Amino acid sequence: MAILTERDRTAVRGELAKLAGPVKLIVFSTQLDASEYCVETERLVREVAECSDQVTVEILNLHIDRERAEAYGVDRVPAIVVEGARDYGIRFFGIPMGYEFTNLIDSMVTASSGTPALSAETLERLAGLKERVHIQVFSTPT
Amino acid sequence: MRLAHHLAVASDWIRGDCVEATEFPDLAQRYMVMAVPKTVVNDRVSFEGAVPEAQFVDAVLRAVGEPAPNG
Repeated sequence: MAILTERDRTAVRGELAKLAGPVKLIVFSTQLDASEYCVETERLVREVAECSDQVTVEILNLHIDRERAEAYGVDRVPAIVVEGARDYGIRFFGIPMGYEFTNLIDSMVTASSGTPALSAETLERLAGLKERVHIQVFSTPT
Repeated sequence: MRLAHHLAVASDWIRGDCVEATEFPDLAQRYMVMAVPKTVVNDRVSFEGAVPEAQFVDAVLRAVGEPAPNG
């Protein structure tokens, strides 16, 4: 059964029309325990990709594609890497449903252009960064 | 969450993870997630709730030891 309703798909198609370039959704999953979360995440990502020609999907296995997982810093599943012209460091762990689904679509639009919607002051303050920053935002499905 | 991803796109030094707390109870417990959204930066700085952009950047810079303009 589809996760996205026809109404959802229409909305997603509208949002993804804003994509400025190709976007790749890399899903890390695992078939060993075939968790429902992984199955659902794969399905959701494929349904999103059906809404735009600019979106491609790659499904990787955490246990088999270890080098890729390590390169992306992924150590748990389900995980989604949202990649534009390059990997900007956008990750989703767990199924992005509810409010996080909106964020998934927003992150795809941002990654497609490589242009963040941030103030000039923020960009100036970030320009001085010389250390790795790992931001984790915890949410719950709403 | 939206901000974390925009910051990640803005800087090669930043990675932004959106973590579904109920699917990863071990992480939720480790970072004492009682309310969402909860943001954790470099395991050093954390805050609950949605905050304005400038405040979010303050937290990011504080996590790498750079003093925020307002303390």
